[in-house]
Amino acid sequence: MPKLLELRGISKSFPGIKALDNISLSLEKGEIHALLGENGAGKSTLMKIMCGVYNNDEGEILLDGEKVVFSNYKDAINKGIGIIFQEFSLIPYMNTVENIFLNREIKNKFGLIDYKTMKAETKKLLDSLDIHFDVDVPVNTLSVADQQFIEISKALSLNARILVLDEPTATLTPKEAERLFRIMRALKEKGVGMFFISHHLEEIFQICDNISVLRDGQYIGSRSIKDCNTDELVEMMVGRKLTNTYPVKTHTITRNAPVLEVKDLQLTKNSKPNSFKLYPGEILGFSGLVGAGRTELARAMMGADPCYKKEVFIDGRKEKLNSPSEALEKGIGLLPENRKVEGLILPFSVKDNISMNNFSKWMKAGMFIDGVQERLTANKIISDVRIKTPTPDTPVMSLSGGNQQKVVIGRWLNNDCKVLIFDEPTRGIDVGAKSEIYEIMRRLTDEGMAVIMISSELPEIVGVCDRVEVFREGNIVADLTGDDINSTTIMRYATGN
Amino acid sequence: MAKEVLNDSLLKKMSKNQIFYPLLGFLAVFIFMFIVSDNFLTVNNLTNVGRQVSINAIIAIGMTFAILHGGIDLGVGSVMALSGTLTAGLMAGGMAMFPAILIGLFLGTFLGALNGLMIAYGKMPPFIVTLAMMGIARGFALIYTGGYPISGLDKAFGFFGRGTIVGIETPIFIMLFAYLITWVVLTYTPFGRHVYATGGNEEASRLSGIKTNRILFLIYTISGFTSALAGLILTSRLMSGQPNAGVGFELDAIAAVVLGGAAMSGGKGTIIGTLLGALLLGILNNGLNLVGVNPYVQKVIQGVIILIAIYIGTEKKKARS
Repeated sequence: MPKLLELRGISKSFPGIKALDNISLSLEKGEIHALLGENGAGKSTLMKIMCGVYNNDEGEILLDGEKVVFSNYKDAINKGIGIIFQEFSLIPYMNTVENIFLNREIKNKFGLIDYKTMKAETKKLLDSLDIHFDVDVPVNTLSVADQQFIEISKALSLNARILVLDEPTATLTPKEAERLFRIMRALKEKGVGMFFISHHLEEIFQICDNISVLRDGQYIGSRSIKDCNTDELVEMMVGRKLTNTYPVKTHTITRNAPVLEVKDLQLTKNSKPNSFKLYPGEILGFSGLVGAGRTELARAMMGADPCYKKEVFIDGRKEKLNSPSEALEKGIGLLPENRKVEGLILPFSVKDNISMNNFSKWMKAGMFIDGVQERLTANKIISDVRIKTPTPDTPVMSLSGGNQQKVVIGRWLNNDCKVLIFDEPTRGIDVGAKSEIYEIMRRLTDEGMAVIMISSELPEIVGVCDRVEVFREGNIVADLTGDDINSTTIMRYATGN
Repeated sequence: MAKEVLNDSLLKKMSKNQIFYPLLGFLAVFIFMFIVSDNFLTVNNLTNVGRQVSINAIIAIGMTFAILHGGIDLGVGSVMALSGTLTAGLMAGGMAMFPAILIGLFLGTFLGALNGLMIAYGKMPPFIVTLAMMGIARGFALIYTGGYPISGLDKAFGFFGRGTIVGIETPIFIMLFAYLITWVVLTYTPFGRHVYATGGNEEASRLSGIKTNRILFLIYTISGFTSALAGLILTSRLMSGQPNAGVGFELDAIAAVVLGGAAMSGGKGTIIGTLLGALLLGILNNGLNLVGVNPYVQKVIQGVIILIAIYIGTEKKKARS
């Protein structure tokens, strides 16, 4: 019996790089197949070939045993391929029904839109997946998970037999991810084949049947989920054994004089006051469930967002910090959660992204930027934090997630900061780059800097932090050190059990 | 063979430079005009073009700043008229030349600063704010003059529009000088880099510690100043303050900036590109006049050229992604 989808010897080159080199994969009916690989391994390129966005240079695609060529995205959809991108393609102000039937609206005999029938169809579709929410409200008022379900439903309504899910769980809470998996299992029953991309290995073990690993555009191998383990997968992905992903917490921290002290910060008039201290040389974790108020507190503290009331002391001196620029003057920097939107200027070069907020080191005549010195500094930072970029003039949008994050780190290293706030620094970053970022954080604190790391990933908090503030419903509920920093204790405080 | 490859890669390298296309466009129009008209490439005619271009080119400096941050300044023509008429009116009323000029320049700068305040600190959209300013400044110019031109100005005032300085026509000299300063500011000062950064991603710039509000404020202040400077030159050239001067000048300035390769979405563009864009429009007008093309038809040609330029710009973007 022919396979549902088969890729044979797919190769694809872009100017200067071979993105994919002779990749062969196959997908059966009702199979959930994980695609694994570090950022830049070629997963996205492969997906885009599968759905007609790119054309492959070599190799062939077989659908039900027959050779097909997707001339474009729409052609791929017509042939039964659905793809759920990380960034949704929904129209935010339209509701679910309008989104699902966008551009193929059902019309009545007068040629006007027959909303009633469309709504009934939508309901039927959602019911079949056991999804329930108000289909009449604009989709931007729905949760990220629900929006994702709409995307999936839309693909199914276009008779997709193959679904490609690009990191669908990256923006979901664990509970929402559970719902997604339930839906994926339902689709599996119906015989839909799925490619699933995720950086979370636990999820892959939970939901997938088979795994294929890519590295640097090469096909490394496939395994059935039953006969492989995490270590083996990580080794396949990074090509080396990662024995210890977290740097050792060797140095001792003397907690006498805090570099930063926040007293009675109230976000709004009615919220409870919160206080915390940060000492030189430590990595302080902000842990808690998504929405527990970690990012909000950190941003309000350094003036990125307004708040009702706060007292901030830096090295014992009271400071105002009404804006990020004032925070920068006092040596506090923020690496925002959403680095593509809030951290980087994507079309700008690596060099320009690094130097953008501090030219003071290379001023000539007090007014003009010394381009040569600027370039030298940028080069030094690029090699210091090991940013993999063809040249310093390469636009950051063409770098992988890990390298983009390193560019943001590099920007702050170009300033003399005492405190750096890393908000979800490893989100969407592959395993190898993650540990590099932990090492950079550790190195900085060894040199006397203080770091706040906001993270939703418990293993990371436990593995990296010297001290942890646990948040629940907008407030700090626990301050943990030493052996108390473990998943169970943190979760207990975070959930209030 | 090897040479061909070399040329090919050199051409590719050059085409990546932001002023490649503006320069290509400029040269194409220049050569075309040279071929079709005998009178085009004469010192007299080119000086004439330079004088005519200078006003739009100076306004386009402010417009370049506004567009670089992803905004726009629709009020430039009106602000120019109001500053010019005020200077003329003050002089006609007996004030000495230099104070009158300074007050005129100050008014334009002040109106630009008002735009900047509303856009940066009031978080109002530039399009609307400057559209309103376009009406307000024009209204004040008409109120101030009663709708009639103000003439009878001191002969010495003609220096700015008709005189020469170190052998160069004053308007051309002022234009080149203003472009030189702008080029240095945009390329070699932190402020210039921050303009690009703010245009590229305002929120990322703000969070990185750049005072984005101050940048926005300064951008519109500069645009107010360059409009007033253009007003000074125009008033001097006409030797009268015209309340109806500069109608539609914002469109010419936008055209120059866009032909210069700037992106309306911000973060991309060069001041040299803008100068080339303004010059292109200037020689196009001049050349078509020389060969006797109907002015109505000229408008159509100008529009088509802008569309072609935008098409080339967007094509490149598509190919990249």
